[in-house]
Amino acid sequence: MKVTQLTVFLENRSGRLAEVADLLGTAGINIRGFSTTEAAEYGIVRLIVTEPDTARTLLHDAGFTTHFSQVICVRVPDEPGGLARVLDQVAEAGASIDYMYSISFQNICFAVRDIDRAIELLADKVTLLTDAEVRAL
Amino acid sequence: MTAPSPERLAADNVGGLMWEPAAESLPTPQLGELQIERLRAMLENAYAHVPFYRKKLDGAGLKPGDVGCHGDLAELPFTTKIDLRDHYPFGMFARPRDQIVRVHASSGTTGNPTTVGYTRADIDTWGDLIARTLAAGGVRPGDLLQNAYGYGLFTGGLGLHFGAERLGCTVVPISGGNTERQLKIMRDFGATALACTPSYAMYLGDAARDRGLRPEDLPIRVGFHGAEPWTNELRLQIEAGLGIDALDIYGLSEMGGPGVAFECLCKAGMHVSEDHYMAEIIDPETLRPLPEGEVGELVFTTLSREAQPLIRYRTRDLCSLTSEPCECGRTSARMSKPIGRSDDMLIIRGVNVFPSQIEEVLMSIPEIEPHYQIVVDRKGYLDVIEVWVEVGEDIFAETMGDLERFQRRVQAQIYNVLNIQVAVKLKEPKTIQRSEGKAVRVIDRRKAL
Repeated sequence: MKVTQLTVFLENRSGRLAEVADLLGTAGINIRGFSTTEAAEYGIVRLIVTEPDTARTLLHDAGFTTHFSQVICVRVPDEPGGLARVLDQVAEAGASIDYMYSISFQNICFAVRDIDRAIELLADKVTLLTDAEVRAL
Repeated sequence: MTAPSPERLAADNVGGLMWEPAAESLPTPQLGELQIERLRAMLENAYAHVPFYRKKLDGAGLKPGDVGCHGDLAELPFTTKIDLRDHYPFGMFARPRDQIVRVHASSGTTGNPTTVGYTRADIDTWGDLIARTLAAGGVRPGDLLQNAYGYGLFTGGLGLHFGAERLGCTVVPISGGNTERQLKIMRDFGATALACTPSYAMYLGDAARDRGLRPEDLPIRVGFHGAEPWTNELRLQIEAGLGIDALDIYGLSEMGGPGVAFECLCKAGMHVSEDHYMAEIIDPETLRPLPEGEVGELVFTTLSREAQPLIRYRTRDLCSLTSEPCECGRTSARMSKPIGRSDDMLIIRGVNVFPSQIEEVLMSIPEIEPHYQIVVDRKGYLDVIEVWVEVGEDIFAETMGDLERFQRRVQAQIYNVLNIQVAVKLKEPKTIQRSEGKAVRVIDRRKAL
């Protein structure tokens, strides 16, 4: 039941994350879930992809430092209290979670320095969601 | 310690005072004769007591008595820092250990440091040279010197200390750091002279202003600042910040420390103590002497040191010499401020650092790729070093904690060797510049102080 996760080291430079997504997309590899962790100068990206071995080779050849690790994936009921029930079970099992993120997404959320400018520039290029739309998902 | 004798101090209108007026204003022909006489005695000493020099001179077919004029100096072999390392700790000493009253050592070296030994007479001579240095800045017996150079193996602290006592000053051996206490003591004790690195003098001036102290609140008149290269622009800032005359002093541990050359109040180059050190400027490539006024590598030959005579020691500092008379009346040649190095040595907060020392540490850590970059910059007045390493798969694990632990481990290992804090920066593979031929390992972004 272990799931292979691909981790990538990235310096905090504009466009690096897009390069990773581009490489995978061009090769027909689908990203099922991901998360990013950041420090002042670098970050790591964790990915669950459809073809981890191919993805790793691809990224490695493109000069990225990568790492494989094993994680647990759990289905969470999409209803109030759904996450709580899963986490209670994890706690009861005595497992402590190092990190966690959601997968199988259709929507993402991210933070940027200048949010107004980003929204202005992105408005006619991607589908942006309003606060109300997100609450109603 | 000899009691200060006021008659030794000749008052001078423009260039401060002279501690040893006869020696400091010796007419050029007599100075030349004195140098040759002392050079011969020095070579006798080196030949008789230092096997390294006996072998070198024999190898060159030279005998100490062969030297008859200044031109003959160019025939003598050079001495380098490597020679000193190879004879660590006492192999270059010309006196048995029981006649050595003190040993200092160079800062920030991996493996063997370079040692410097002094006989009682050497300590006395050194004291006189520092007394000359201080007097040239107008310091008199009764002045109070706040000595903020580091005390210890570094020659700056104890060197200034003994010289100031010899001149008859009250010395406050406060050593470096603790700015709050420096300013309190400067004001409470009424310090009239300060000795420290130029960057620290600048920092003290800013700190005084931040605490509402005006230059006129501090009785300090003059500062002696060496161990780091600095510019005339920084001089003006230090002078404005503390309300002093800021003077450059030059020395290196291999020559015994500070006192080798110093500015007088004319601030027109540093007077070389030529009765104790013979200075040459050579082309660092061809090793041939350069004509007066040209910039090249500074080479010193000791003339009076008993414990450790050094023949044509290559300082690696690039500067020029002039024998034009100075208004102060001193007859010695003056050296310009060093404008650079003929090797890759970096001076970081007064500590000498060779990039090879950092490389040695990095290469001892098997996970590190053989590509790295050293970036030197300045934040405020403080030098900072970044060491860039690429994150290969051997380093990379899946949590930020692992990466941060790795950074701290490398920083700690570099600190253990160099005694300076560096910041290790993690970079993606193949992003550190590869150059064809000689890799550019060091980027120095510091603007001249």
